This record gives sequence, structure tokens and C-alpha cells, in this order.
Amino acid sequence: MKVLLVDDEKEFLELLTMRLTKRNIEVRSASSGEEALAALSEGGFDVVVLDVRMPGMDGIETLSRMKALAPDVEVIMLTGHANTEVAERGMEMGSFDYLIKPVSINELLIKLQDACRKKRLMAKEL
Amino acid sequence: MQEQKYSRLRWKIVATTLAFSLIPLLSLGLFIYFQFSTTYTDKIASNLRTILENKKRAIDQLIEEKIAQIRIVAQTHSFEQLSDQGYLRQVFAVVQANSKLFVDIGIIAEDGRHVAYVGPYKLTEVNYRDEPWFHEVMLRGLYVSDVFMGFRQFPHFIIAVKRQEGEQGWILRVSVDQDVFNNLVQSVQVGRQGDAYLVNSQNILQTASRFDGPPLTPSRLSAHTYFTGVRVETTGDGDEGRLMGLTWLDNAKWMLVIVENPIEEMSPLISSQRNVVLITLLGMLIIITGTCLTAEATVRKIAEVDREAALLDASLMHSSKMAALGKLAAGVAHEVNNPLTLIRESAGWIKDLLADEDPAKIENFEEIAKAVERIDQNVERAKGVTHRMLGFGRRMEPTQENVNINLLVEETLKFLENEAHHRNIAFIREFMPHPPLLSTDPSQLQQVFLNILDNAIDAIDHDGTVTIHTGLTESGREFAVIVHDTGVGIPKDKLEKIFDPFYTTKKVGEGTGLGLSIVYGIIEKLGGRIEADSEVGKGSTFTVFLPLG
Repeated sequence: MKVLLVDDEKEFLELLTMRLTKRNIEVRSASSGEEALAALSEGGFDVVVLDVRMPGMDGIETLSRMKALAPDVEVIMLTGHANTEVAERGMEMGSFDYLIKPVSINELLIKLQDACRKKRLMAKEL
Repeated sequence: MQEQKYSRLRWKIVATTLAFSLIPLLSLGLFIYFQFSTTYTDKIASNLRTILENKKRAIDQLIEEKIAQIRIVAQTHSFEQLSDQGYLRQVFAVVQANSKLFVDIGIIAEDGRHVAYVGPYKLTEVNYRDEPWFHEVMLRGLYVSDVFMGFRQFPHFIIAVKRQEGEQGWILRVSVDQDVFNNLVQSVQVGRQGDAYLVNSQNILQTASRFDGPPLTPSRLSAHTYFTGVRVETTGDGDEGRLMGLTWLDNAKWMLVIVENPIEEMSPLISSQRNVVLITLLGMLIIITGTCLTAEATVRKIAEVDREAALLDASLMHSSKMAALGKLAAGVAHEVNNPLTLIRESAGWIKDLLADEDPAKIENFEEIAKAVERIDQNVERAKGVTHRMLGFGRRMEPTQENVNINLLVEETLKFLENEAHHRNIAFIREFMPHPPLLSTDPSQLQQVFLNILDNAIDAIDHDGTVTIHTGLTESGREFAVIVHDTGVGIPKDKLEKIFDPFYTTKKVGEGTGLGLSIVYGIIEKLGGRIEADSEVGKGSTFTVFLPLG
């Protein structure tokens, strides 16, 4: 499974990358929407974990561009408690699900696996 | 303070309205009153004038007629003929046959000698040469005397005419009974206080006056010199007031006086005036009553509007305060959330790393693992706090959600449980199982329950119970939440004021007096209503009714 982590908080990216890598997940991180889109265009990702609140290009815009760029890649939104409405809007725009920060690693793993399974099933159908 | 303000306003409205309506009414009333009076007085005066003129003409005519009779006798007979006593007697008999009013007759020669006389006096041979009236007749040809008491104790007066027969002039003189005028004059003595009489230039009565006495007594009238035409005077006032008409006769030096009591004459006027006064008073009464009622209604309306404005103010103040507080809470929660996330991830990373280590090789492995676990637990706890703060912040914005009232009340009770526990106050829940979901604003409603429950706890102070009952009303159209406490209760006279803004029974500094007014405002906004009932010493019951659907 190859995951793209997008968050403006570098430390958070670092820690989560280490923890997911340790769980045998191939992780690539991006600290902005633009960086994430650039990475995504390289291809090969299964799931994107996308923070809703980012300076510059925000989560929702990044999401819409991602869906245009790589419609098959599933997106899981990360949000604070205050921004669940935005995350819900994200789901209307085609994200797989959302998680509320601080997120537990097990919960994230389950969501990643679900998303990945869905992506692969869709690919098979095609 | 408020009461005083409204009382002042009420008086201002009353005074202004009364001034603007009573002044025209009174002016009109007074105008009509005096106009009536003037018109009527003028009418009476002109009436009197007419009577006076008519009477004067009648009396003058009568005198003229008598003079004419005498003149005919004088002109149809010669001095020679009439100087004969016997002839004179015959002539007098003819005259008396026409009019019994002639008392005697006499012939006076040019030198003043009384040459012949027929009558009750012995006047033959009396010389009138030095009498003033003799000279007047000789000069002017006619003389009418004032009245005097005659032989038969009847008032008489004299008419004397002169006849010029060639070089010789002589006088025919008769006495006339004054009674001839009495009937004529007294017929105009109207009413109970009216009077009519003749006076001479010395103010001596020539006919009987009803109140001043018989002829020849002095009248109480003030002296009047001769004037032409008719004069109407008023004397005295009130019941003593008299309306007096005066005119001098043409054929005698007498003045005709007619006196009327205007009060008697004016009784129709007075009744009209009484009606005007009554109508004016009635009008005033209606205006005053109307004004008082209108002022009262206006002031009540203003007070109501003021109260609503104050309520709105209080509610706005409260919501803006809560909105600011909510924003602050959300901001803090968000800022704290980021480091919390990092702490959790760091602790997670430690846990991940520890899992790879051999516990035997690390001296304090157990302790480290336990400490990391504790960090994780407390991050979870802090997360709960930030979530609640964010939730609070979010709830300050008006929303419309499907709300389970039981859960909302329960959540509110959680806030107060600690406080209640300290004061030994128990919450008794009588919740309706499976309540219908209400489409309403949960945060606003929570504020309502929080305020009511907070008051309930304050009313009890220590040791007691607060019973919360939820359920549908009998009609089934409303959902009711009944909060009953075993507190001190509220006296009946204060019960109606508890929803007024800034009304508080708490000590200064303890209560803002806004709690229940906010409750009232919120419930009204949500389309519900609230009722309060209380008994001093037993406790209070607040019932919140919320619309279904």
C-alpha cells in the first residue's frame, strides 16, 4: 500500500511517516497542496491522507484537483473537531472518509486498509 | 423609578389632551352661555321698550282726549254763556254724561277771578291771579297739573284751557279723576315683582305703585330730569336685580315707569343656560373619562414596548457575550489541539519503538511503558476537554437540529451534578421514554434548562430535590419539561415580575436579574412558552412548553 500524507505540520508528518513505515506502509509526505499534487502526478499511490486546514491551497481545493488528476486514488480527510462540516463537504466531493485529530494510529490503519481495499476493488471492476 | 416615569408620562398625556379638548369645549360653552344671556336680555329690554311705548301712547292719547273734550266745550260756548252758573251746570251734566271722570268745572276770567263753578268745592270768587298755573295757561293756552287728593279723597288732576274771544281771554278748568290712569298703567304690572306707575318731576307717585305705596307718596326712584324717547336701565343684581323702563309723557309732566324682574322674565333663558352647563359638564366628564382611559392604555402599551425592548436588549447582550465566549473557546481548543496531536503521535512513536526493544535489556522498561500509556490516556482526556470547548463554541451559533430533549436535559444536569452533590441536592428524573425529536436550537434550549435548574438549586440552597419531568402535554401538541424544586418559593406578588429584565430576588451582586428574562426571550423565539407556579415554603415549578414538529 502506498500512501501520500499531506499536512502543513512538518513534525506531525515526520512522526506519522515513521509510525506508518514501521507498519509496512510505503509513505510519502507533502507539506502543502501544491507539493501533494506534484507527488500525486508521479502516480502509484493508493490512498491520500489530507489535512483540511492548510495555508495556501486548502484541503477542499486540493481534494477537487486530486480527484481531477487521479480519480481512482482514495482520499481520507483529517480534520480538527471544529471543521467537521468541511470534511463532510469533502465526502460529498468524493473523499473516502474523514478522521478527527488527534487520531489514533489503529483507527487510521483500519481506514487506510478500507480505502485501499475499495480502490483495488474498483480497479478490478474496471 | 420606572413606575414614576410612567406615572409622569400618564399625567403629561392627560394634561395635554385635556387642555386641547377642554379649552375649546369650555370656550364654546361660555360663549353659548353668555350669548344666550345677551340675546335674551336684549329681547327683554326691547319687549319692555315696546310695552313702554305703547303705554305711553295710550296715556298720552287719553290725556289728549280729555283736553280735546274740554277744548270743544270752551270753543263751542262763549264766556257769557258759561259765566252763568245755571248754564255751566247744564254743560257739565252733558260732559259728565260722556265721562264720569270729570269731578268739577270752573270758568276763570282774564283777571284770575273764578266767575262760575260747578263741583263739590266752594271756589266761586277765588282769585287765581297769583297762581303759577294761571300764568302758564294764559301764556301757553293749556295746563295739566300734577295729581292731588280731592274732596272725595280720590286722586285728581287739573286740565285748564284758555279761549281767546276777541280781546278777551278766559279759562275753562276741570278736575279729572286720576283713577282713569290707574287701570291703564297697572295692567302692565307683570309677574310677582313687576311694577308700573307714573311719577311727576319731583318723584311723587301719580298713580299707585305696587311696592312704593299709593299716589302722592314719594317714589324710591332716583330723580330723572326730562329726556325724550325711552330709556331702559338695570338696577341691582341677582334676585334684587330690576330691569326698568322710563319714558316721559308728551301731554303731562309725568314719567311712566315700568319695572320688571329679569329673573322672572328670564326663566326660559335660565333653563337653557342650565342645559348648556349640564351639556358642557357631561362633555367634560366624557372627555376626562376618555382621556384617562386613553392615557392609561397608551402608557400600558409604551410600558409593554419598553419591556420588550429591554428583553430584546438583554437577550442580544447575552447572545453576543456567549458568541464571543464561544469564539474564544473554539480558538483555544483549536490551538491546544495541534500540540495535543503531536504529543499523542510522539507517545505513539515511543510505544512503537518500545515494542521493538527487548524488555530485559532496558532497566525501566515497565515504567517507561506505563508512563507512555499515561501520556496517551491524558491526551485522550485533554481531547475530551477541547472537544467540549469546541462544541460549546459551535453551539453559540443559532442552529436547527432534531433534538432529543431527554438527552439535552441529561447533558445539562451533568454540568450541575457536582454543585448539586456538594449541597446535598438530588435530581429526580421522570423522563418520557422515547421522546419525539424536536426541531429546535439545542444550545439555546440548553441555556434555558441551565438557567432554570441553576435557579432551582439556588432556591433550595441545601438539602432538597429537583424533579425534572418530561413528556407530552394533554393536548399532545406540545412537549413539556417541568422542573420542580423544594426551595423557598416565590411570593404571588413577585411571581408576575420574575420574567422582567433586571428583576432579581437575589442579593446585590449575586444575580443579574437577566436569567429568567433570557429564558423567556429564548423560549419565545423558539415558539414555546413558559409558566411559573410557586408556593412560599414549598417550592416552585417551572414548565417549559415546546412546539412539536
